[in-house]
Amino acid sequence: MTPRSRLPFYIAVFLLIAAGISLAIWRHIELGIPWLSGEQRPVWMIEARVDFDANSGAVLASLNVPENPPGFRILSEQAASPGYGFSIIEKNGSRRAEWTKRNVSGRQTLYFKTQFIPDDSAIDRQPTPEPKARKIFWEEPQATAVREVLAQAEERSSTPESMTRELIRFMQPDTRTQNTTLLVSEENYLDLLVDMLNHSGIPARTADGLKLEDARRRQSLMPFLQIFNGEQWLTFDPNTAEQGVPESLLLWRQGSASLLDVVGGDNSEVSFSMLRQTVPALQLATMEFDSNGLGFLSFYELPIEEQSMFRMLLLLPLGALMVAFMRIVIGIRTSGTFMPVLIAVAFVQTTLVPGLIAFLSVVSIGLMMRGYLSSLNLLLVSRISALIILVIFITAGLSIIGYQMGFNTGMTVTFFPMVIIAWTIERMSILWEEEGAHEVLIQGAGSMFVAICAYLLMSAPLAGHLTFNFPELHLVILGLILLMGQYTGYKLSELKRFTPMKAYD
Amino acid sequence: MGWISPRTLNRLGMLNMNRRNVDYIARYNERSSYPLVDNKLKTKLAVAEYGVRTPRLLQVVRQQHEISGFRQMAEDLGGFAIKPAKGSGGKGITVITGRDNDEYVKASGSRIPASSLERHLTNILAGLYSLAGTPDVAIVESLVESVPTLARYSFQGVPDIRIVVFRGYPVMAMLRLATKASDGKANLHQGAVGVGLDIGTGQSLNAVQFNKPITLHPDTGLALENIEIEAWGEMLEMAARCYESTGLGYMGVDLVVDAHEGPLLLELNARPGLAIQMANGRGLLPRLRTIERLKRPHFTPQERANYAMEVFASL
Repeated sequence: MTPRSRLPFYIAVFLLIAAGISLAIWRHIELGIPWLSGEQRPVWMIEARVDFDANSGAVLASLNVPENPPGFRILSEQAASPGYGFSIIEKNGSRRAEWTKRNVSGRQTLYFKTQFIPDDSAIDRQPTPEPKARKIFWEEPQATAVREVLAQAEERSSTPESMTRELIRFMQPDTRTQNTTLLVSEENYLDLLVDMLNHSGIPARTADGLKLEDARRRQSLMPFLQIFNGEQWLTFDPNTAEQGVPESLLLWRQGSASLLDVVGGDNSEVSFSMLRQTVPALQLATMEFDSNGLGFLSFYELPIEEQSMFRMLLLLPLGALMVAFMRIVIGIRTSGTFMPVLIAVAFVQTTLVPGLIAFLSVVSIGLMMRGYLSSLNLLLVSRISALIILVIFITAGLSIIGYQMGFNTGMTVTFFPMVIIAWTIERMSILWEEEGAHEVLIQGAGSMFVAICAYLLMSAPLAGHLTFNFPELHLVILGLILLMGQYTGYKLSELKRFTPMKAYD
Repeated sequence: MGWISPRTLNRLGMLNMNRRNVDYIARYNERSSYPLVDNKLKTKLAVAEYGVRTPRLLQVVRQQHEISGFRQMAEDLGGFAIKPAKGSGGKGITVITGRDNDEYVKASGSRIPASSLERHLTNILAGLYSLAGTPDVAIVESLVESVPTLARYSFQGVPDIRIVVFRGYPVMAMLRLATKASDGKANLHQGAVGVGLDIGTGQSLNAVQFNKPITLHPDTGLALENIEIEAWGEMLEMAARCYESTGLGYMGVDLVVDAHEGPLLLELNARPGLAIQMANGRGLLPRLRTIERLKRPHFTPQERANYAMEVFASL
């Protein structure tokens, strides 16, 4: 019999632990599940308000709503508009919220609420099909002016980006020439810019952005210029030629021709209110499970009742780890291998001190009754069965007495597993008869110590959070327990036990 | 009392609980052989084929209704021992040395009525003392009468000799003497005295009680220094022979020396304790590793016992 190589075992354990940790890190990064339970994340709540006068007839109001705004992710969308039919439809690559109603008259107000999470990793998707520059037809004398301005700008630029910057600079009031003065008027500035860029072969469009400031009401959108450089849409400030989306700017409308269309109404307008909220990061992550389809990996998909059961179940491995550590490495003797874990689970529900008092009183009353049972000369099975019933009587009695005396905590006795308690009493009693009270004290105290340690570990908020939200961490626990199963070193208690050997050294 | 450093323990070659379980019991003991040693009845039958003698079997009580038959049989007996077949650590063993009218006299001298013995049998059948709480049978054996040279050291109870046998080689031995604290039982953790025995000669080395070194028996007051076991070689060979009958690579063999019948096997143990090292003042590991390194193991129990007596006396 040659000793097997333990290398494959260690590799397997390493893989288990590595898999558990890397899966947890992946889920932390990908799903945003926080490591700590108290973490908070900012969320922008934006409310678009649409007002119009209805013309006593059928109404169709269609509002452009954001889709993949750069730097943000959409968390939730919701419309509030009594009596209206509502749906969000995708048309020509833009999303529109549509309200419909058959008979409407008078002033109407519609709300559309969206929650955004700031997220730098949100990237623009490659537009399909690739945008093409529109053909623009100019009349004289504008045609000549446009041609000249574009030629000037083109001369001083090399790329679509620099071309756009130069063009904007030419169109500014302080640098205006005869040509530009002819073209520019107050209202058409941005449209003119878009037309000229398209004319020069650069796909361009307008976009509307919303400046995010906490607790602002009745805000309107700011116009922006977007060009396509062959790979993606780039955003420019049409007045300063600054490239890129400023921080805390949400692009509400991109790529759609109009912001709001109302059929069957007049005097329509849109205004925005916004609020910066903080939401627990965990809640945020669970809300997103639904949207990104990764929810199947999470216990949050289960009904609440099962969830709370799993919360408890997933704590058990921690207790098992604690028992393994205490017995293998420390060398504490307990009565019944996993009895301490079950008691610790009960402690989690009762809290420590009331649980401890309740448990000790049930066991000691039970031990007294067991003394009488042992003189009855019963078969083992019926003695245990009788003990179970007695334990139930004791717990019921303690609950009622406790309640009458005004201690609601008396009720917590019922959380203890009756059968386990009955067996504990039986074992303790046998131990008492055979080995004496000393051994009962040692094992009883050992069990209580391990149970309290397991309780402290299991009741830590972080433990509950990590085990429930990162179930894959149990692979790490499994790996650690397997490793401990191979621990052949001395237990802490053996260093004491073998002390007399010093004499032979 | 203080602590001992792990490095010192390593230097002494002290076998510890975790290493015993992982490196020796789990590796050398086939799970399927366990019932053979965990059940005293099976042990008796298995070792008998290899010429290892055990105390005479008087009766086996398998069913609740057979208990009435026990009382009839016990009428004619002087002394006997009731044991649960699957008991461990000496649990549930009741030794009756004689009768006093209707009552039985226990080894400790206390008297118990017959009904109390019957209740004890009931408990055994129900599995109170068996390892996993499974139903058990009770065996009634003839009483072992220890040789006076050894018996005088023990406070009540029968002194027995525990020999750890590794792959058929007896590696370490100790004499276990009952005390008042151990209630006549020869179990070290219950307070019995362990006297280490030189594997080469059968002479006593050191003595411990409750893991502490002692020189005198706490109850009989006798010095434990110069005990010598007779027919030592024969006992080692008997222990070595148990390897063939069970196939267990690492086990404890418990022997007694009967005044009339000589050495008898009491029981086998697949998970022998570690206290034997304290009684000997030696660690088990150097001896175990010597055997693991053996390229050509010896075939007969005789050869193995001789090898152990030659080599291990100095390890």
